Amino acid sequence: MKILVCITNVPDTTSKISFTDNNTKFNTTGVQFIIGPYDEYALSRAIELKEANGGSVTVLNVGEADTEPTIRKALAIGADDAIRINAFPKDAQFVAAQIVAVAKTENYDLILMGRESIDFNGGLVHGLVAEALGIPSVSPVMKLDIEGNLAKMAREIEGGKEYVEATLPLVAGCQEPIAEWKIPNMRGIMSARTKPLKVVEPTATESLINMLAYELPPAKGACKMIDASTPEKLFELLKNEAKVL
Amino acid sequence: MSILVFIEGVEGEVKKSSLEAVSYATELAKKKGVATTAVAIGNFSATALSSIGKYGVAKVLHVTNDKLAQVNVMAYATALAEAAKKENAEVVILPKSSAVDAIVSRLAVKLNAGVVTGAVDLPDTSGGFKVKKSIYTGKAFTTVELTSAIKVITVAKNAFPATETGGSAQVEVFAPAIPESDFSIKITKTEKATGEILLPEADIVVSGGRGLKGPENWGMIIELAKELGAATGCSKPVSDMDWRPHHEHVGQTGVKVSPNLYIAIGISGAIQHLAGVNSSKCIVVINKDPEAPFFKAADYGIVGDAFEVVPKLIEAAKKL
Ligand SMILES: Cc1cc2nc3c(=O)[nH]c(=O)nc-3n(C[C@H](O)[C@H](O)[C@H](O)COP(=O)(O)OP(=O)(O)OC[C@H]3O[C@@H](n4cnc5c(N)ncnc54)[C@H](O)[C@@H]3O)c2cc1C
Repeated sequence: MKILVCITNVPDTTSKISFTDNNTKFNTTGVQFIIGPYDEYALSRAIELKEANGGSVTVLNVGEADTEPTIRKALAIGADDAIRINAFPKDAQFVAAQIVAVAKTENYDLILMGRESIDFNGGLVHGLVAEALGIPSVSPVMKLDIEGNLAKMAREIEGGKEYVEATLPLVAGCQEPIAEWKIPNMRGIMSARTKPLKVVEPTATESLINMLAYELPPAKGACKMIDASTPEKLFELLKNEAKVL
Repeated sequence: MSILVFIEGVEGEVKKSSLEAVSYATELAKKKGVATTAVAIGNFSATALSSIGKYGVAKVLHVTNDKLAQVNVMAYATALAEAAKKENAEVVILPKSSAVDAIVSRLAVKLNAGVVTGAVDLPDTSGGFKVKKSIYTGKAFTTVELTSAIKVITVAKNAFPATETGGSAQVEVFAPAIPESDFSIKITKTEKATGEILLPEADIVVSGGRGLKGPENWGMIIELAKELGAATGCSKPVSDMDWRPHHEHVGQTGVKVSPNLYIAIGISGAIQHLAGVNSSKCIVVINKDPEAPFFKAADYGIVGDAFEVVPKLIEAAKKL
C-alpha cells in the first residue's frame, strides 16, 4: 500500500503569537516549529498501517527550505521518503494544487493529513485534494482500518460518531485517537538524515484569495474573584453584570 | 446575482448556527442589494422550513432526495453546487459545523470559488470583498480578500446573532441530478446522543478537568449543566482516560467552542485547552489552586474545592 502523508510546519502549540512588518508577517522570533499535531496523528497511523500491511509512507510538505527540520522529524518517526514543494504555503487552495500535482503521477492508495492546520485552521486541504482527484474524502477521522481495498473509518460528528466505509483510493483528514504519537528513537533519527528528501518546484495556480493583514484579539480584563463561601454571588454577577444568563 | 445559504438540520429542526448563517447572509444581501435563497437538504418539518422566512429569506429550496437523509459529503457538495448555479449565486454562506467542514472544500472546487472558513464578521465590501477569520486557534485574526467570481464562506458559531426580521418563506422542492459516484462513501452506523445540547452549538458550557478525580464525580457537572441548560465539556486528559466521550474534549486538538458562558471546573488552563475556549464571551474558572493559569484568561473566578463549590452552585442555579 502506497501512502502519502501531507504535513504542515506550524508553531508549537505553546507559542506566543505576534506579527511584524505592520501586521503583515508572522513573527518567528523564539518560535519553535513542529509537525502539525493533527498531521502527526495521520503520520503515526500511516506508519502503523505500513507495518501491518507493507508498502511505503511518503511525507509531503509545501514549504521553503526552513521546514526541512520538521520533514526530517517525520522521517525519523518512520516515513520512508519525503517531498518538499519549494514554495511558501500561501493558502489552502495553493497547497492543495501542489499535492494534487504530485498525487496525479504517483497514484497513492491513501492520502492522509490532519483535519486542519493549527496556524490558519482552514480544514480545507483534504477536501480540495479529493475533489480535484475525483475520489472520496472523509474528515475528521478518528479510526481508520484497511481491509483489502476497503477503508473502514469512524468520523467524529457533533455529539457522537459516524462509521463510514469507502474503497481506496481516498483522502482522510485525521485527528486523535486514530493513533498514538510516536517518539522517534535514536536509530530513526540517524536514518532520517540519509532518507531521500526530494525538492520539487511548485506548479502555478490561479490565486483566489489573498491574506491581507493580521491582528491580535483585545487584551482580556482582570478576573473578578468571588469568595468560595458565597458561590451563589457568581450567578448574580453573570446575570446583572456580564449579562450572559 | 444572489446569495445562497445552506441550512443544516438536527432532528428535523433548523440548527441555531444555521439561523445565524441566514442572518449573516441576509445582512450581506441587504448590503449588496440582492436576494437570499436558502437551501435545505434532507428531513425537515414543514414549519421548520417556512420559519426560516422570519430571518429574512424569501425562498427555500428543499432537496428531499431520500438518499440524502444522512449527510453524504460528496452528494451534498454536488447538490449545493447545483443550487448555486440555479440561483446564479455570487456568494455561498454555510454555518461552520463538523458536516460543513467536510463539504465546503469540495463545493469550492466545483464552483472554482475562493473559500474562507470560520468568518467572525460580515464581509467588508467597501473595496473588494474582505472577510475576517480567527487563526492560530483563536490566538489571532486575519483579514482575507476573496478575488474569485464566486465566494464561499463558512460562518463561525456564535459570531453573528440570528435576528428575526419578520416575513415568511416560499418552500420549493429542488431535485438536482446527483451522480451515483457521489455515493461511494457508505455510512454504516451512527452513534449519537439524542435530546442532548450539542457542545459546539451550546450557549453555555460546563466543563470538567482532571481536578474532578474520576468519572464517578461527573454527576455534579451534569446536574449543574442541566440546571443551566448547558452542554458538558472536558479537558483532553479526561477524554484520553475515557472518563468522558471524545466528542466532549475541548481545546486545540478537540472541539473549539464559543459560547456566551464557559464554566471550567478543575481544569488548569493549559494553553492548548485555552485555544479551544478563548472566543467564549465570558469565562468562569473554579479551581482550588489560586495560581492556576486559567484565572488569567477568566472573567470570574472562584478559588475553592470543586466538591464544595459545585453543589452550592447547583442549589443556587435551581433558584434562577
Ligand atoms: C499538542 C498538544 C495538544 C493538546 N490539546 C489539548 C486540548 O485540545 N485540550 C486540552 O484540554 N488539553 C490539551 N492538551 C493537554 C494540555 O497541555 C494539558 O495537559 C491539559 O489541558 C490538562 O488538563 P486538566 O487541566 O484537566 O488537568 P491538570 O493540568 O492536571 O489540572 C487539573 C486542575 O484541577 C485543579 N484541581 C485539582 N483538584 C481540584 C479540586 N478538588 N477542586 C478544584 N480544582 C481542583 C488543579 O489545581 C489543576 O489546576 C494538549 C497538549 C499538547 C502537547
